Amino acid sequence: MAASAAVRTSVGLTLKLSRIIPDCSSCPLYGSKSCVRSATNSQRRSSQDTFRIIYRHLQTSIGLYHSDDGSSNTEDPDDVVNVVYVDRTGQRIPVQAKVGDNVMYLAHKHGIDLEGACEASLACSTCHVYVSDAHFDKLPEPDEREDDMLDMAAMLQENSRLGCQIILTRELDGMELTLPKVTRNFYVDGHVPKPH
Amino acid sequence: MLHLVSGQALFSSCSPKVCVVGSGPGGFYTAQHLIKARPDVELDIYERLPVPFGLVRFGVAPDHPEVKNVINTFTQTAKHSRCNFYGNVNVGRDVTINELKEAYHAVVLSYGAEGNRTMGVPGEDLAGVYAAKDFVGWYNGLPNCRELNPDLSCETAVILGQGNVALDVARILLAPISMLKSTDITQPALEALAQSQVRRVLIVGRRGPLQIACTIKEIREMVNLPGTKPEMLPADFEGISEVLKDVPRPRKRLTELMLKTALETPGEKELERRKSASRSWGFRFFRSPVEVLAEPRTNKTSAIRLAVNRLEGSGADAQAVLTGEVEDVTCGLVISSIGYRSLLIDPGLPFDSRKAIIPNSMGRIQHTPGVYCSGWVKTGPTGVIATTMNNSFDTARSMMEDMDSGALDVSAVKSGSQSITALLRGRGVKPVTFADWEKIDSVETKKGEAEGKPREKLLSVEEMLQVAQT
Repeated sequence: MAASAAVRTSVGLTLKLSRIIPDCSSCPLYGSKSCVRSATNSQRRSSQDTFRIIYRHLQTSIGLYHSDDGSSNTEDPDDVVNVVYVDRTGQRIPVQAKVGDNVMYLAHKHGIDLEGACEASLACSTCHVYVSDAHFDKLPEPDEREDDMLDMAAMLQENSRLGCQIILTRELDGMELTLPKVTRNFYVDGHVPKPH
Repeated sequence: MLHLVSGQALFSSCSPKVCVVGSGPGGFYTAQHLIKARPDVELDIYERLPVPFGLVRFGVAPDHPEVKNVINTFTQTAKHSRCNFYGNVNVGRDVTINELKEAYHAVVLSYGAEGNRTMGVPGEDLAGVYAAKDFVGWYNGLPNCRELNPDLSCETAVILGQGNVALDVARILLAPISMLKSTDITQPALEALAQSQVRRVLIVGRRGPLQIACTIKEIREMVNLPGTKPEMLPADFEGISEVLKDVPRPRKRLTELMLKTALETPGEKELERRKSASRSWGFRFFRSPVEVLAEPRTNKTSAIRLAVNRLEGSGADAQAVLTGEVEDVTCGLVISSIGYRSLLIDPGLPFDSRKAIIPNSMGRIQHTPGVYCSGWVKTGPTGVIATTMNNSFDTARSMMEDMDSGALDVSAVKSGSQSITALLRGRGVKPVTFADWEKIDSVETKKGEAEGKPREKLLSVEEMLQVAQT
């Protein structure tokens, strides 16, 4: 499939040269059947794969991902949403994101170790996060299918959600997303310190 | 020491070399974590079949394609510059664990559970009785299950066990062919199911509704399965709703769904749907298999004798106790889905044959420094991909701790895949590389496209090798 191969190469090069993720809407294949990121294409060899290879090697520092083309994160201040990820070691990672960003893919973009085995199709619970209390109620109710998947997550709490189902809105500014400490180091009584 | 003559000075380095045995989620998630966490680790994954991914390819049901998306993550790992895949290598037969220990700083066993727990009852070997593992292997294209030819000419099938594998089998037996024909189910299985006369599936458990092992998603899929209606025994659910308020959320939601299905009077629309349903399914509780009975003339399965149990205790620890009563259920197909079992692939390894796992402490195999385990061979054959992911990450963390503390000595120069591939070559074994697998992948995908399926799996090792290595 020459077209998708060409896209992969060119996207790969772009990413490698400028270390950014291009906005999908700037890609000629956006919205078409050839788009390897479209939801119907489950056999993806996608630019996403390249993202992850790149981003696994990135340091998590803010400002690394300013896009030079079109929709820069800082272009429209109304669109900016600041969130904080608390990773599994307790490290706080502030992230400047924008309205419409998906919490799971945003984490990937910043090298935060939130897995996404089923790629946002509500077929696993690997993107399980705890949402700060002040923002939990601002999220729309979970789909029954999300609740079914959450039921399988280790260390389920009242404020648990699947990261792949959280889309940022302005209201969620200041939200903290804590990755469950699913290791032998977790507290024996199941207590997980709530993020501050 | 430099070995300039053989040119090894170019390749041997002081980077830690790890080999992983088994390329399912256990192996791949351990590899992923190690590669990401240490920029110097070099990793080789050995796999017995020419194709990778283990139960993601051969276990996950054909109508659950999203669960298989994890293959994309594993593919990235396999294509990482510090990772190599070697398929068609049988560890235990083509190369020993000791030879791997010589060549690598650390060996990770993640070869899963390819055996079966048997019911241990008379009649288990009759025609018409199958292990769920083999039935699933059959519809998922596992090469050594392709000759299964299950007899689907009876009306009632009884499945022993109520985990997700049992629910998958029930769903595949009763799903409309229109639903199955656009999945990656194998063509022979699709054709057999299209001719199937099975109309009723009973999913039988030793204990009660509160002990059922499956998850809510799978129950919901049965409740919503087109062309089918539920057939539960309300008496099985007596006293259940009263204890629900103190039960954790996952168990509560699952039980509420079962109660609703078993006890609630359906609305008009659902009543209509059930009236026109030609197939049925139901849970049966408090029953254990005692014997599979045969039709005397044909010696084919004609019924299963079940012992009636009562529960002692409550919750997860409740025990099934025999009452002395038995009950015969007419059926022509019996599928036992009572658990997979790990096997011992090398006599040099410790093995707990009661639990069927390799004894270990946080992934460190007992009495065997330098050898670790992850996935089902470490913890036993339960859990979904997320469970195995956490378990594998845990093993990787143990390995990293050991590298940092010196408990795992990574200072010596090890030859890694160089010596192993030379050894294999000498033994006439030709490993399948990841690029070779991609040729198989491409052939399967193209064949599938012609049929409106995501892929049409190659069904024999010979076919796979032919595509991979020519």
